[in-house]
Amino acid sequence: MTAVIELENLGVRFGRLQVLKDLTGSFSGRSIGLLGPNGAGKTTLLHCLLGFHPPSAGTARIFGRDILTDGNRIRGLIGYMPERDAFVAGMSAVRLTRLMAELSGLPPREALERAHEALFYVGLNEARYRKLESYSLGMKQMAKLAQAIVHGPRLLFLDEPTNGLDPPHRNRMIKLIQEIRDSGKANIIISSHLLRDVEECCDEVLILKDGEIATYCNLEEERRANLRFIEIETQKGNAAFAEAVGNLGCEVAVLSDRKIKMVLPEDVRIRDLYRIAAEQDIQVRRLDYKRDSLQDIFLKAMGVNHGGL
Amino acid sequence: MAVYERRYTPYDGTLTPRKSRFLVLPAYSYKEILSSKMFLIFLAAWGLWALLVLPILIYLPHNLAFLEKFGVDPETVKGAFNFDAGFFFGWFMVPSMVVAYLSALVVGPALVSADLRNNGLPLYLARPFGRWEYVLGKSAVMLILLSAITWVPGLFLFVFQSYMEGWDWFSGNLGVAVGIFFTSWIWIVQLCVISLALSAYLKWKPVARLSLILIFVVMPRIGDVINLILSTSWGSVMDLLKMTGIIATGMFGIASRSAVPLPVAWISLILFCAVCVGLMAKKVRAYEVVKS
Repeated sequence: MTAVIELENLGVRFGRLQVLKDLTGSFSGRSIGLLGPNGAGKTTLLHCLLGFHPPSAGTARIFGRDILTDGNRIRGLIGYMPERDAFVAGMSAVRLTRLMAELSGLPPREALERAHEALFYVGLNEARYRKLESYSLGMKQMAKLAQAIVHGPRLLFLDEPTNGLDPPHRNRMIKLIQEIRDSGKANIIISSHLLRDVEECCDEVLILKDGEIATYCNLEEERRANLRFIEIETQKGNAAFAEAVGNLGCEVAVLSDRKIKMVLPEDVRIRDLYRIAAEQDIQVRRLDYKRDSLQDIFLKAMGVNHGGL
Repeated sequence: MAVYERRYTPYDGTLTPRKSRFLVLPAYSYKEILSSKMFLIFLAAWGLWALLVLPILIYLPHNLAFLEKFGVDPETVKGAFNFDAGFFFGWFMVPSMVVAYLSALVVGPALVSADLRNNGLPLYLARPFGRWEYVLGKSAVMLILLSAITWVPGLFLFVFQSYMEGWDWFSGNLGVAVGIFFTSWIWIVQLCVISLALSAYLKWKPVARLSLILIFVVMPRIGDVINLILSTSWGSVMDLLKMTGIIATGMFGIASRSAVPLPVAWISLILFCAVCVGLMAKKVRAYEVVKS
C-alpha cells in the first residue's frame, strides 16, 4: 500500500520551543486519527505538512512528494478544514467556495458548479447564498468542509471538525466524513481530542504526546484483539472467582470487590467463565467485551495507569 | 458530485495555468468594488475630466474654423494654454495623483483586512497558492485600478497631443511621457504598498483608512512643525507627497522649489516602502507564530 504520509525525523521549532521532535514513520490508513492532549503538536504537524511552518529538522512526504521541494503540488492534492473560524467577511458561502475552487485551479464555470454541489453535499442548500458572518457555528463548520472538498482533493486534513457542534450537527459531520472515507476517493487525516469522533471515523490512529509519536496503531486490529478483553461485574466479592479464572491462564486485574477485568487466552471461552461462576455460586451481573478500546490505547500512550491492564 | 447525487467525487478536469492564478483575486475584488455606485460616479467624473475635457482643451486650438463659427478668437484660446510639461503636470498629473490617493483610500484598506480579520488566510494558503502570489493578487487590484486612473489616460493625452501637433512636438516632449509613466508608477507602488501594509497590520478597515489619511495628511504637518522648530528642511522627508513631487518635477524637467535634494526624496520613499513590505511579510502568513 502506498504511504499517504511519511515522516523522516521531522522537527518543528518555534523560537526556543521544540513543538515537534524527531517524528518518524509511514502512515497509509484510509482515515487516520491524529490524537493527543492540547499542545501535543497535532495542529502544528498538519500546518507543517501544509507548508505553513517550515520544519526545523528532517522532512516529510505526502504521496511520495517532499514537502520541502514540492509544496505547491502537495497543496493541490490537499483539502484543509481549519480548526478556528475561517471565512472572509462579506462573502456568501457559495462565493467563498467558488473562490477557493478557482484558487485551486478550477476554471470559473467548473468552480461555480462544484461550489454549489459541495455546499449541497454538506447540507447548506439555500443557506449557501447567505453571508458567512450570519451563519451559526454548525453552518460555519459545514462551509469550511465544503471549501475543503470543493476541488476534489485526494487527501483531507480536518482539524477538530466537530468542535463546538451540537449533537445533530455533529452526527451530520461524522456521517459526511464516513461517506467520504467510504467512497475510497480520498484519504482523511482527522486531528481531534475527541476519542469518540476518531473512533467513529478512523481506521488508524496516531497519538502524539509532547511533540513525539506515542503510539500508532490500527484500530480494527485493536478491536479484534479486544474481543478477548472482558470486564465482569459480580453480585458479591469475587476474590475466589478471580483466582479461579486466573488458574485458567487469564490475565486478571481486580478493579474493585465486584469488578474484574481479564484477557482470555485463545483456548478459554466465555462459557468457561460462566461455569466457574456457577461452581462458586457467584451471580454474574454484567459481562462486557471491552468497548472503550481507543480510550485505553490513548491513556496507555499518555502513560496513565488504567485498571492495571 | 452532481447536486442531486450528493456524494463525494474528485475533480479530474483541466486546471487553469498557475502563473496567472493570482488574477482570480482582482477579478473577485472588482466585483465588490464596482458594486459601489458612489465610487463608480467618482471614477466616471475623473474619466470625464481626463478623457473628455482635457482632450477637448487639446483639440480646440487645432480647429480654428470651429472656434470662429462660435465667435471665439483662436489666438485667445491658443494663448490660454501652453501644451508643455507644465500643462501635463499641473492639469493632469497632480489631479490624477489626488484621484488615485482617494481611490486607494476607498479600495486599499479593505483588501487584506477582510481575510486576516476572520482567519481567512489559511483557506487561501492551504491551496497551491503562495504568500507572494496572494500579495501579488491583492496588489494587482490596486495596480490595475490606479493605472487606469493615472498613466493610461496620461499617455493617451500625450499621444493625442502628439497626433495634433506632429512629430516635432512628440520628439521634443518625449520626457513628458516618461514623466507621466514613471511618476504614476512611483505613486501607484507607494499607495499600494502602504495601504496593503496598513490593511494587513491593523486588520480593521476604518482604522486602516484613518491611518492612510494620517500618513498623507498629518505626517507632513508634523514634518512642518519639525522644520519650524529646528529651522531645517529635513522634516519634509515625512511628507511622502512632497517627496513624490520632488521626484516628479525632476522627471518632468520642471524646477523644484523644495530644499530637499532629489536623492534624499528617493531614499525616504524607498525606506518607507521597505518598512511597509516588511510589515506585510510579517503579517501575511497563514498563522502567526508567537515565539517564546
